Amino acid sequence: MSVARVEPRGARSTGWWGMALFIVAELTLFGTAVASYLFLRFRAPTWPPPGVEDPDLVLGGIATVLLVGSSIPILWAERGIERGDVRRMRIGIAISIVLALAFLSIQGYEYASASFSWRTDAYGSLFFTILSLHGLHVIGAILIVSWLEARSFAGHFDGDHHVAVQTGALYWHFVDIVWLAIFSVLYLSPRI
Amino acid sequence: MATATEERLEEIWGEEPGPVSWFTTGDHKRIGRRYIVTALVFFLLGGIEAAFMRWQLAQPGSTHLTPEQYDELFSMHGTTMIFLFITPLFTGLANYLVPLMIGTRDMAFPRLNAFSYWIFLGAGIFLYAGFVVGAAPNGGWFAYPPLTGPIFDPGINMDIWSLGLIFLSISTTAGAINLIVTILKLRAPGMSLARMPLYVWAMFVTAWMMVLAMPPLTYANVLLQLDRNLGTNFFDPTAGGDPLLWQHLFWLFGHPDVYIIFLPAVGIVSTVIPTFSRRPIVGYPYVALATVLTGIIAFGVWVHHMFATGLPSLGLTFFAAASMIITIPSGVQVFAWLATIVRGRRPAFTTPFLFAIGFIVVFVIGGVTGVMFASVPFDQGVTDSYFVVAHFHYVLFGGAVFPMFAGLHYWFPKITGRTYSETLGRWSFWLIFAGFNVTFFPMHIMGLLGMPRRVYTYSPDLGVEGLNLLSSVGAAVLTIGIALVAINAIKSLIAGSKATANPWGAATLEWATTSPPAHYGFASIPIVHGRDPLWEQPDLGSDLTLTHGREILGTTITDADPEEPLPMPEGSVLPLVTALGFAAVFVSLLVGSVPAALVSTLLTLGLIGAWTWTLGGVPG
Amino acid sequence: MSTKARVVQGSAVLAGVLALTDAACSGPGATSDASGPGAHRISLLSVGMFTIAAFVFLVVICFLAYGLFRRRPGSDDERPDLEDRGGTRMVLLGGVAFPIVVLITLFVITLIALEAQAREDTGSHVLTINVVAHRWWWEFQYPDQGIDTANEAHIPTGEPVLMQVTSTDVIHSFWVPRLQRKVDAIPGRTNDVTLQADADGTYLGVCSEFCGLQHAHMHLEVVAQAPDAFDGWVGQQQQVPPEPTGEALQGQQVFLGSSCVYCHSITGTNANGTVGPNLTHVAGRTTLAAGTIPNTPEELAQWIEDPQSVKPGTQMPASDLTPTQIRQLVAYLESLT
Repeated sequence: MSVARVEPRGARSTGWWGMALFIVAELTLFGTAVASYLFLRFRAPTWPPPGVEDPDLVLGGIATVLLVGSSIPILWAERGIERGDVRRMRIGIAISIVLALAFLSIQGYEYASASFSWRTDAYGSLFFTILSLHGLHVIGAILIVSWLEARSFAGHFDGDHHVAVQTGALYWHFVDIVWLAIFSVLYLSPRI
Repeated sequence: MATATEERLEEIWGEEPGPVSWFTTGDHKRIGRRYIVTALVFFLLGGIEAAFMRWQLAQPGSTHLTPEQYDELFSMHGTTMIFLFITPLFTGLANYLVPLMIGTRDMAFPRLNAFSYWIFLGAGIFLYAGFVVGAAPNGGWFAYPPLTGPIFDPGINMDIWSLGLIFLSISTTAGAINLIVTILKLRAPGMSLARMPLYVWAMFVTAWMMVLAMPPLTYANVLLQLDRNLGTNFFDPTAGGDPLLWQHLFWLFGHPDVYIIFLPAVGIVSTVIPTFSRRPIVGYPYVALATVLTGIIAFGVWVHHMFATGLPSLGLTFFAAASMIITIPSGVQVFAWLATIVRGRRPAFTTPFLFAIGFIVVFVIGGVTGVMFASVPFDQGVTDSYFVVAHFHYVLFGGAVFPMFAGLHYWFPKITGRTYSETLGRWSFWLIFAGFNVTFFPMHIMGLLGMPRRVYTYSPDLGVEGLNLLSSVGAAVLTIGIALVAINAIKSLIAGSKATANPWGAATLEWATTSPPAHYGFASIPIVHGRDPLWEQPDLGSDLTLTHGREILGTTITDADPEEPLPMPEGSVLPLVTALGFAAVFVSLLVGSVPAALVSTLLTLGLIGAWTWTLGGVPG
Repeated sequence: MSTKARVVQGSAVLAGVLALTDAACSGPGATSDASGPGAHRISLLSVGMFTIAAFVFLVVICFLAYGLFRRRPGSDDERPDLEDRGGTRMVLLGGVAFPIVVLITLFVITLIALEAQAREDTGSHVLTINVVAHRWWWEFQYPDQGIDTANEAHIPTGEPVLMQVTSTDVIHSFWVPRLQRKVDAIPGRTNDVTLQADADGTYLGVCSEFCGLQHAHMHLEVVAQAPDAFDGWVGQQQQVPPEPTGEALQGQQVFLGSSCVYCHSITGTNANGTVGPNLTHVAGRTTLAAGTIPNTPEELAQWIEDPQSVKPGTQMPASDLTPTQIRQLVAYLESLT
């Protein structure tokens, strides 16, 4: 029996499966966080507690568009390297990093201008902890794609060898999609 | 006389003995052995903690231990046995066996495997550092706030516990991911999922459960750290929090965890019993399905640990029903083993087989008391008493440690290349079986007489002093039995006769290698046509030797059709150094130094970048 | 080993087990020494379930013994048997059908018991007691009678009493095994349980949720009395203690002049601390320090002088009183019946 020696990609790659399973673990983590939010929310008589404002929908909405939108240049970058277009990959990654940094800036502004802190009632604890947990993951995603960017300058990726890009992109999309769940629960549900 | 292929493979896969390869190896066999030895050291430590507890409780009003010491001992006993002993031991055994059983040469991610071990070792040391600084965890292994919150447990004890467990969860999750990918992608050609050994099924489901159960625990520990150190209010009822949030999160992890402990044991028993009954297991598809169903239902019963907390009874009824239903898959497994014994040839009463039988007896007792606990009013009567201590020792010791002994004896020849003494093995089995039952059966009675758990002493008025003394005597007998196992192992390692490749005449692929296996495992990747390859196929060889470089074969997920060869990395010191980086992060967090935490985080991220620099791109 | 020897061995073990089990039938905290409807229910449920459990265990052991020891035809054939495809029926009957029957039975009796419990809790009660758990003592407030006492609760025999259980600090659990199931005392929540005693007597209770250093010494007593005797007790608890005389008067001075008043209260004085137990009628209690020591002058003196020697970790600080002052203080406290 003979076997061809090509780079296994996508679901033929053990690395891809490793990332997919890591994402499953992370999804469970965020799912647990959301569940804890809902648990405490439904035990509280008023939510947010008196004196605490609802989260800012405008800022949150802009942040959402920026972050979820950043998946598009990543997708574009992925398609590029599949065709061997390294330059396209680099541009796509660079754009998504900028968008993610803008997202983080908005988050930072929200933290700084909030009238409450994580010590203010369980509401504050949940709000800041869950947002920070996600924010850390955005930073992680930025680090991953920056590292992919650096590797591309070392000539590591071409049309036949780029499973690391697929894997990194998978993580990026996960971080964006999980934001949708967090946004809905943290920003929209106090208004229900 | 090694063939040319074997010499070539030894060149590619061989490792020079010595400190360099010891610190850089990614060989699943070496890492598996390491895990097992380290886990057994923690078994010893956990046992010493138990011995101290039984010494204190042998008589009412003892003053051998202060209340603080007792609280630290029982907290560390539970934490050690569950987190540092049994699961790492089964992980190590799986590390060793799974690649061999599925006919490949290593785990999917060898360096991640090494890393998982170093993290486990580091987390174990981290947790035990508490004893060294006189502040061992003292809030129980379950750590309920507000008791473990900042007001009532202000010392560093529970910070060591929660940070230590977050640290450990990195190892558990990485190990689980490694196992799943290995089992999905590296099985020998022809080993479809339906032909996979039941031990591999068990580890597969266990690994999935780890991936899904660790996050709630990690999240809970993060919240506890935040409440303790940053003034958040997750568990403070005066500020919108709820102590029950912890309980839900903890038991969302905690109940699946008992099946994470139990399922590998089931896999071992499903291997040992057919071997010594000289026939394939009866009802393989049912046992595989039962394993999967147990894993799924395990996530739906956690509230049965909270029946006394005052939750609404509609919810309690649902969880009572689910907790009863989960016995059905276990029942299927028990009867599959019984049917295999009944319909098998005259059984060979070897030490592994004795421990497997002992397991059935003890586990069924634990299982029936478990079903009793599913009945809410009964649970509300005897939970938090010694009755539940009896129950869970029957299912954990009986359900996991007996199979562990069975497995360790069964695979001892393969792993060490030596034969153990059957006489010593039999003596140790009977002493352990008798000692275990004398220690733990009286605890059922003690609970029914009203003795609560987690108490450093008890009143003579309760009428339990005789039973406590009896239990402590039993513990002494149990200790002697376990000591005999250790003596057997050491004697055999030094002077046991050499083992053949397949001393038991067993069916699974690991027995097709030498004892112990060569560094490369299989000289050629076997091609499998059935569930019991060594019984069905006398000649397993193929021409898939993969001597091009350090390679294993990737196959498809369901049917294991060959895909591409997968290059495997050489040994590296990066797993160890990266683990040290993580350790530095956790120590920084423990002592509360933000600069140290930041620096060690950056360092660790850099190391991860270096490690992954060559992955998933143009080779070379 | 011969079959006969096995049978003898097995019987000896079984006899031992049964003897042990018989020992479980009585004691001050014995579930099966049930003395109230709640405990009777649990006891009955237990007996039913133990019987089912023993039966299941026996079935498994019989199959196991049969499989291990039955005579098999033919020689000791070393080759594995790859032909036999049977046994699936045994697996499905024993592993699915049999458990389903057992579990349905168990579930039905569980529902019946839960239903009875619900009726008990939502039914009428003659008395309400607020049970407030502290580290490491039990506070019993009788809101309708205006009583606040500690560690010893009196109830009228034969009547359902509503216990509303909560905690001021960590999670504890309120358990009087001979009367009723346990219920957790959780800060921020109130959990209800009905207590009813069939007969006059003193019923032991224990804290059954790990709550720190002295979890082991957080006992309580429920004293069930005939209605007249109970009313007598209530009356006495409601009384303001008379002015003390002699040595007891000196003891009262000691009490009011020391740190005792920061934690304890005595009606009729201006001591109204709420951290520790209310001492207005402390002399009437049979034990001290939540069941740790009997209520005698010697033990009380030791407790006041050096609480850590009695209950290490307790919140009660050591006193800096002289032996004379302690003697006087004890005289005062023992006069508070």
